Amino acid sequence: MFSSLSLHTIIHVAVALLFPPLLLGVINRVKAVFGGRRGQPLLQAYYDLWKLMHKDSVISQTTTWVFLFGPVVSLATGILVALIIPLGHASAPLAFAGDVILAVYLLGLGRFFTMGAALDTGSAFEGMGSAREATFACLAEPVLFIGLLVLAKLTGSFSMIDVLGDGVAEAWSGATVALLLVLVSWFVVLLVENSRIPFDDPNTHLELTMIHEVMVLDHSGPALGMILYGASLKLFVFAALLVRLTGLAATGNPLADWGIFLTGTIVVACLVGVVESAMARFRLPTIPAALVGAGVVAFFGFLLVMIEL
Amino acid sequence: MMTALLEPCMVIAVLLNFYILSVSRLKMLIVVVAIQGVILGLMYPIVHQGFAPTAEAGLDLIPLVRLLALTIAIIAIKGSLIPVMLNRAVLLADIRSTVTSVIGFVPSLLIGGVGAAIVFVFAQQLPVSPDHHSPLLIPTSLTTVLTGFLILVTRREALAQVLGYIVMENGIFIFGLLLIEAVPILVELGVVLDLFVGVFVMGIIVHHVSRAFPEASTEHLASLKEL
Amino acid sequence: MMLLLIILVPTVLSGLAMVVPWNQWRPLLIPLAATLHLGLVITTLSGGETSAFDRWLAIDPLNRVFLLAISCIYLLCALYAPGYLWARANRSNRVLCGCVLLFLGVTSLVCLSHHLGLMWVAMETTTLVTAPCIYFNHNARALEATWKYLLIGSVGIALALLGSFFLAYAMIQAGSESTLLFDELVEHSHKISHPWLHAAFILLVVGYGTKMGLAPMHTWKPDAYGEAPGMIGALLAGVLTSVAFLCVLRFFHIAHIAHEDRFAQRILVFFGLLSMGTAAVFMARQKDIKRCLAYSSVEHMGMLAFGIGLGGMAVGGSLLHVFHNGICKVALFLAAGNIHRAYGSKSTDEVTGVIRRLPISGVVLLAGFFAITGSPLFGPFVSEFQILNGAFEAGKPALGLCFLLFLLLVFFGMGNTLVNCAFGPLPEEGTTTQFSDRFSVVFPLLLAIGLTVLLGVWTPEPLPAWITDAQQFLQRSPAE
Repeated sequence: MFSSLSLHTIIHVAVALLFPPLLLGVINRVKAVFGGRRGQPLLQAYYDLWKLMHKDSVISQTTTWVFLFGPVVSLATGILVALIIPLGHASAPLAFAGDVILAVYLLGLGRFFTMGAALDTGSAFEGMGSAREATFACLAEPVLFIGLLVLAKLTGSFSMIDVLGDGVAEAWSGATVALLLVLVSWFVVLLVENSRIPFDDPNTHLELTMIHEVMVLDHSGPALGMILYGASLKLFVFAALLVRLTGLAATGNPLADWGIFLTGTIVVACLVGVVESAMARFRLPTIPAALVGAGVVAFFGFLLVMIEL
Repeated sequence: MMTALLEPCMVIAVLLNFYILSVSRLKMLIVVVAIQGVILGLMYPIVHQGFAPTAEAGLDLIPLVRLLALTIAIIAIKGSLIPVMLNRAVLLADIRSTVTSVIGFVPSLLIGGVGAAIVFVFAQQLPVSPDHHSPLLIPTSLTTVLTGFLILVTRREALAQVLGYIVMENGIFIFGLLLIEAVPILVELGVVLDLFVGVFVMGIIVHHVSRAFPEASTEHLASLKEL
Repeated sequence: MMLLLIILVPTVLSGLAMVVPWNQWRPLLIPLAATLHLGLVITTLSGGETSAFDRWLAIDPLNRVFLLAISCIYLLCALYAPGYLWARANRSNRVLCGCVLLFLGVTSLVCLSHHLGLMWVAMETTTLVTAPCIYFNHNARALEATWKYLLIGSVGIALALLGSFFLAYAMIQAGSESTLLFDELVEHSHKISHPWLHAAFILLVVGYGTKMGLAPMHTWKPDAYGEAPGMIGALLAGVLTSVAFLCVLRFFHIAHIAHEDRFAQRILVFFGLLSMGTAAVFMARQKDIKRCLAYSSVEHMGMLAFGIGLGGMAVGGSLLHVFHNGICKVALFLAAGNIHRAYGSKSTDEVTGVIRRLPISGVVLLAGFFAITGSPLFGPFVSEFQILNGAFEAGKPALGLCFLLFLLLVFFGMGNTLVNCAFGPLPEEGTTTQFSDRFSVVFPLLLAIGLTVLLGVWTPEPLPAWITDAQQFLQRSPAE
């Protein structure tokens, strides 16, 4: 199951573990520039993580082990997914046929425990947040899957390293439109899964309007740090999916590939920042419609791929 | 070569269908339908040229003029005449600016998506001529017809139903592209259908519905039914 | 030239009607046009030219029957028009007269056209031309009916266009010359692409079936017939639906030559029985006379489709039924129109004692009811019996029994409504209008019901032969 410990694997693990918090910094910087501010340092997320790791936790007496498990599991699943998907090279530390399904469900598992932890606090707000998260996840997950199906169809494999491997670059010439549709729908999924505007506002201060953030209100100290880190990993994972999907990081030159990949994720983060700056948040009832729309778009891409037989 | 230009047009047309199914603002709906119409108008010369043998394309002037005139007519009617008239109707009749759906927007979008899938599978069953064959043309056409039908059936407002009718007719027009070479007259009939819409929109909505009812919603047109 | 004249004469007179300034004299143009039209039709049919414009217009055994039918039915309605419009002198009849005259022109065009596209355009025009007639009363209910009529009618016509596209594509698919002329379509249709033909046939039956008023596309019918003047109801039920039926027959013919009769017949039987069943259900406890008649029209359209779907001798029954149904519907709708005028209502709650209030219209209504439900001695009995006979002959007794059951249900449903308003107490003084049975508004009714009775006992000479010709034309064994 483990591929031989090559240089690529080492780089992969290092990037997956160290790079993600930078993306949060990039988004914040882009938003700051749009808002005419100087903004936080790019590395602010690292400082925050460092600070949180050295704090004590306050844990409510009504909670059980589920509450503690939430951040741990979501971080662990995030790291695992980051190890399954290929990054700058069409290989991954963890790779086997069918790991596509594992990756998606690992994300689901993380979300399940986050929601479990939120419900465990017994707070009405957090229960509400869990309910919304579950609703939107229901709609977002199929979109991701349909996109992966399109890729699986095109590359003829069901393993992440092939599905998002070098075959994608060739597929672009044959199924440009379908892949474009998947790209668009996946960007929507990225925004939803990472609770970004226009679906959710990570910086809002009114619990009633929150979706994801309301679930983690009770965590503090290292637990909050884990959640923050887990969130940045998730963002990184989706950005990596998008960059691999474009097939640009397959020039053949390993150094250039890694360079393109890292630049690509930063570009995605910038895009997120631009969207967050330019759009207002959707009304809650619009969100399912937008998600179903993304699903239908991805599905149409799938149909296009099927009809090219 | 020309299918390279044609297929993106058709994909956009289908995506617009999905958008049309989820739009709730009447003005936006009018604009989107108009955009779809313009795209169809652009497809018309593309298909035409795609079929024409390149050698004599430059020589024959009369077909070229006719092609140009028809293209301009299609784009003018679908892209400006109808939307302008509908907007006038909105103004004159003081029509409510939102569209409501009997079954809700998300379900109609879902039905549209599932319908598209069924249409794509169905279109695979039908034999297609190999010579001028873009595999997307027939399913795109049928999906658009289906979308129009869905709008027509599920939207309550009279004007939205008219737009549904126009979308349906757009779908028929797309199918007509298959027949341009063989029986051009049939395709040109599609344009007649557009004028027909114009007549009945002008005649009915603007002049009478607004006079008889405060809002031109077909909900007001509901006194005739079985008890 | 004769064929062109059949279409042009009413069209020119329609233009004339639009410019004639006298409201009182204008309606006289309608019977004038109808008489001229019938004269032209008879001259043409008895050995004039048979085609024009490269066979875009042509007479064949099939449309010969229909042309005669619509001309006769239209004439009966036209005779009623002046009397009715004089009774409504307070309202300008310019648009109505123009449209009614133009309607004759375009329905003749539908009948005569041997070209897919031309027929479609003419059919579309009938929708536009009849809409203002339905809106004649200019009230909210009439507007609603017109709106529904236009919307449903145009959706039907759009589907028919799609079906025509499919049919044209089916021909190209088969590698034959692309053509829209029926003669050539029929000639080449044995090598047509079958999947496309199936799809095309369904769309065309649904499309033109909408104009015919087959269930479930019949929903415009009760509204439109209910709100339009009785005369317009008669025109729609007698003329428009008949030519729409002709369009369906054209495609049935193509399907037949393409060896797809089984498929086409199954579809027609399905729509036919569905229409009859729907009509039977909605007619029960129907309180509105005109809506009741509208459902009767749905039922009889179902019967026509059903008869064609059975094949064999039932086809001839169906063709004959076009005449019988049309003429009988004229009597019924005109009578209902008179009643509506006299009572200012068409609900059985207010309309009672018609026999005493309007003796002639009341009797015609009752006689028409017995005739249309297939009582012996009247025309429809002959054709309905022939269809029923065809069902048993074709070895489909179950279908025949269904047919009988629906006839029975319709008899009860319609009888409940019409007999109730024919008898019962006279309404109180002052609740009704001044309208009474004058000669000008009853003689067309008497003529129509008289014709119905006549057709029940004796079919005038060329007709049986023509019907047989048309039947053979439709059932001609396909060329191998």
